[in-house]
Amino acid sequence: MSALATAVVSETETLFTAPGINYYAIAPILIIFGAAVVSVLVEAFVPRRARRPVQLVLVIGSVLAALAVVIDLRGTRLITGEGALAIDGPTLIMQGTLLIIALLAAFLMAERSIDPLGDAFAPRASALPGSEDEQEFTKRGYLQTEIWPFFLLALTGMLAFPAANDLLMMFVALEVMSLPLYLLAGMARRRRLLSQEAALKYFVLGAFSSAFFLYGVAMLYGFSGSVSLVAIADTLTAKPSEATLVAVGMAMLLVGLLFKVAAVPFHQWTPDVYQGAPTPITGFMAATVKIAAFGALLRVLYVGLGGMRWDWEPILWIIAALTMLVGSIIAITQTDIKRMLAYSSIAQAGFILIGVLAVSPAGLASALFYLIAYAFTTIGAFAVISMVRDASGEATHLSKWAGLSKKSPLVAAIFSLFMLALAGIPLTSGFVGKFGVFTAAIASGATWLVIIGVVASVIAAFFYVRVIVIMYFSDPTPDTASVVVPSAFTTIALAAAATVTIVLGIFPQPVIELVNQAGVFIR
Amino acid sequence: MTTFPWLTTLMVVPLVGSIVVALLPKARTLLAKQIALVVSVATLVLTVLMALQFVGDSVEPFQFVESHPWIPAFGISYSVGVDGIGLVLVALAATLVPIVVLAGWNDVDDSRGSVKGYFALILVLETLMIGVFAATDVFLFYVFFEVMLVPVYFMIGRYGGAQRSYAAVKFLLYSLVGGLFMLASLIGLYVVSAQMTGTGTFDFLTLAGLNIDEGVQKMLFLGFFFAFAVKAPLWPFHTWLPDAAAESKAGTSVLLLGVLDKVGTFGMIRYCLPIFPAASNFYAPVVIGMALIGIFYGAFVALSQNDMKRLFAYSSMSHFGFITLGIFVFTSVGQSGSVVYMVAHGLSTAALFLTAGFLMSRYHGSSQISDYAGVNKTAPVLAGFFMIAALSSLALPGMVSFIGEFLVLLGAFERYMWVGALATLGIVITAAYVLRLYQRTMTGPLKPELEGMPDLRGREITALVPIAVLTIVLGLFPAPLLNVINPAVDRVMTSIGATDPAPTVTGAALEQPGLPAEGTEQ
Repeated sequence: MSALATAVVSETETLFTAPGINYYAIAPILIIFGAAVVSVLVEAFVPRRARRPVQLVLVIGSVLAALAVVIDLRGTRLITGEGALAIDGPTLIMQGTLLIIALLAAFLMAERSIDPLGDAFAPRASALPGSEDEQEFTKRGYLQTEIWPFFLLALTGMLAFPAANDLLMMFVALEVMSLPLYLLAGMARRRRLLSQEAALKYFVLGAFSSAFFLYGVAMLYGFSGSVSLVAIADTLTAKPSEATLVAVGMAMLLVGLLFKVAAVPFHQWTPDVYQGAPTPITGFMAATVKIAAFGALLRVLYVGLGGMRWDWEPILWIIAALTMLVGSIIAITQTDIKRMLAYSSIAQAGFILIGVLAVSPAGLASALFYLIAYAFTTIGAFAVISMVRDASGEATHLSKWAGLSKKSPLVAAIFSLFMLALAGIPLTSGFVGKFGVFTAAIASGATWLVIIGVVASVIAAFFYVRVIVIMYFSDPTPDTASVVVPSAFTTIALAAAATVTIVLGIFPQPVIELVNQAGVFIR
Repeated sequence: MTTFPWLTTLMVVPLVGSIVVALLPKARTLLAKQIALVVSVATLVLTVLMALQFVGDSVEPFQFVESHPWIPAFGISYSVGVDGIGLVLVALAATLVPIVVLAGWNDVDDSRGSVKGYFALILVLETLMIGVFAATDVFLFYVFFEVMLVPVYFMIGRYGGAQRSYAAVKFLLYSLVGGLFMLASLIGLYVVSAQMTGTGTFDFLTLAGLNIDEGVQKMLFLGFFFAFAVKAPLWPFHTWLPDAAAESKAGTSVLLLGVLDKVGTFGMIRYCLPIFPAASNFYAPVVIGMALIGIFYGAFVALSQNDMKRLFAYSSMSHFGFITLGIFVFTSVGQSGSVVYMVAHGLSTAALFLTAGFLMSRYHGSSQISDYAGVNKTAPVLAGFFMIAALSSLALPGMVSFIGEFLVLLGAFERYMWVGALATLGIVITAAYVLRLYQRTMTGPLKPELEGMPDLRGREITALVPIAVLTIVLGLFPAPLLNVINPAVDRVMTSIGATDPAPTVTGAALEQPGLPAEGTEQ
């Protein structure tokens, strides 16, 4: 297959005007999408008892297969599907990371040993919270296996989102990614009202931002007569005078994308959704949506709207500064660990925006590295949260974490590692990530943004460290939660996340080389 | 020169020791302590063996050099090596750790953190302390500088006093603020080096050889200096220190004030001056002003303290003022004096905190001066060591601190007479608070509650004797110390393009091997 791929590469290079569909290059997306379709059929035809194992095999198998193809595709650099999809270095790195993170998330979703009632998901999402139906379903031990088709569909959208090279494809990918996530957010087994509220909020605001995105696409189409990013860029060079239409379109497009990365002032949904969604889903979406959406944002800004750099740069500059500061400052006041991590993810989006704003190959590479580092740390942190429980389910209130290091030194140490990594302490992946984006930004002259970033890092350090204070320096109270021993699923995910966090902190060179070799976006 | 990786070995031995200690079963506390002691003594022995091979008048700027690429993408390497300044500070760290282990034998119990955890943290800290003084790659230095916070944070926060959590967080946040501004400057430095040489680097010697534009220097200097000023700490960035010192175990305080705070002053002389010579000259008046304020502010506040540990913290702040003053008057005498002062302060702080710690462990852990009186009646040996520590702190001639303080003042006089004159007054206040402390706690009628207080035991005496011996021996015979320090200081002086002012009185200076030639010609 690899030989075929290279043959096609050379062919598309010679016949640049009429690229066909290179099926192997988009195979990762197709594999996951195909698996999603099969997964729906499994729901329809496989007996209930057998569904869970079948779905698990399907999910894990398809993710691994897609990952193998992504690895085999390394070095590919082509545009396919009549210009709709760009498979280049950055795309492949993001797809690879997305697939690995998805695998870890799937492990967290498959965990059944943590909650005595089953997994993290409601037995039937349709049952009214607190109703007799619900109790009956719980008693019968129903498991909701529909989460798997949703999961695979969302992953399909995520894989396509950073690869999308025209705005229509990007919109489709955005919706395919988002709609299943809205549903998954509402499926928590415990605290179902909170979860359903989260799903509704996510849906309404998400739909709103998608509408903005679509309207922006229309404006840009009106300007250039095309939805292709390359065509828009070319039109920008050809007739820069009609910039008003582009500026309005660009602003609306950015609203849609900045909503997905949770940048201030489009961040309002984040804390509610992160808190309400089932924790494995929160971890999944916190890590992957950020990657996919930043991938799309980078491509739109670097490829499509590069000619408008002087217009979007000041706006994003302010948004980045606000995102870092608002995220860090509000996180300090949080008492719920999931909400705190939600604000932390907002602040982290600001740091990644620093890399984006470097507008250079180094900026792109550093943003990619940051995303990888952030994704693994984040999913690990949520894995820990899913294990810290009391009688009512997950103990997300920070007061219940008091003295946790006494009860479970290892888990407290691992969570501290994640907190230190998010705070950017050296010898963790988070530090190398921060170092990369700051370096790229200073080299591009964005020194003041870096200084704001430094100030925000200090503020952020306060709340990350506070969790360590609570776990280590407070004495346990009768309310202190206990750590449930998970099955191999969560253990593997947690171990992988912790290992990556340390290895990327101490020996980051291979991954830095990887993101540097990814090069720039193809156009 | 040998090819044996001395410095790496010095870092690996305590690190391995700490892992072993951490993996021990929780109940084996005695074994944990024994391993910690053996490992730290072994490190000390290795350090001595290494120091014996140090060539005092070598032409190489650094010795025991090792260099391996670490993150080539950013021009980062694992490069270590020591000059005279680095060597004495590594030796100081390696000396104090076994003493702290021995002195803190019974300091911690299982009530909060585990006993083995405390000793594992001490050993990790030793690795990082040696690393921070040995790094010759600025990035590596930064990594050690920042990571060092983590074990100290846990040592204060888990094993400290009532307000330990507050003190630990305050310490960490202050240090992080400084560290992150240094990070911004560090990245700026890297970008500048990339612009000037084509490939960015963090190698200290390359960076010191760059002729960076003066305006850029002034910007970058601030980031570094701010981090060091918080670490040292200089007035007005000192408010974390009294809390941290007061809430820590005596051993933690010794390492914190005795060694870690030296990283700040070490950073100034090693990094700020050679890399940013023009900026150093530009900011010198401000820094000297801060140092002078620190000397008096620290001393006056110390005078009014009723808490021994807080008193030591403020007194240290005053001493750090002297050290910084010596560095920024840009005379070789002053800078040599500063380095000697760093060693001396490490020793005297250790003596003070440990003796006070022994005293406090005999009376409910109280650190209030007013709780004690007439201790010399019931515990004469303890009072004797307290006296030596106190005299060392006020720089009595014959103690190594006298050499340091004298040279700093001499250096200050050479450059700015008024600064020297003013700083000298600080000594008077130091004498006042130190002697007053001794008088109030040790002399006078014995407090009835203290009746029957036991004197120092063998273990405690064993911990204190080496400090007392070093303080006096180096005080009477400082040549070995100065022979090692002076060439390094001369190199710093050359790099900032400073020359010693011609002395106006012949033969007044101490006879010193390192003094520049023009001093002796006149």
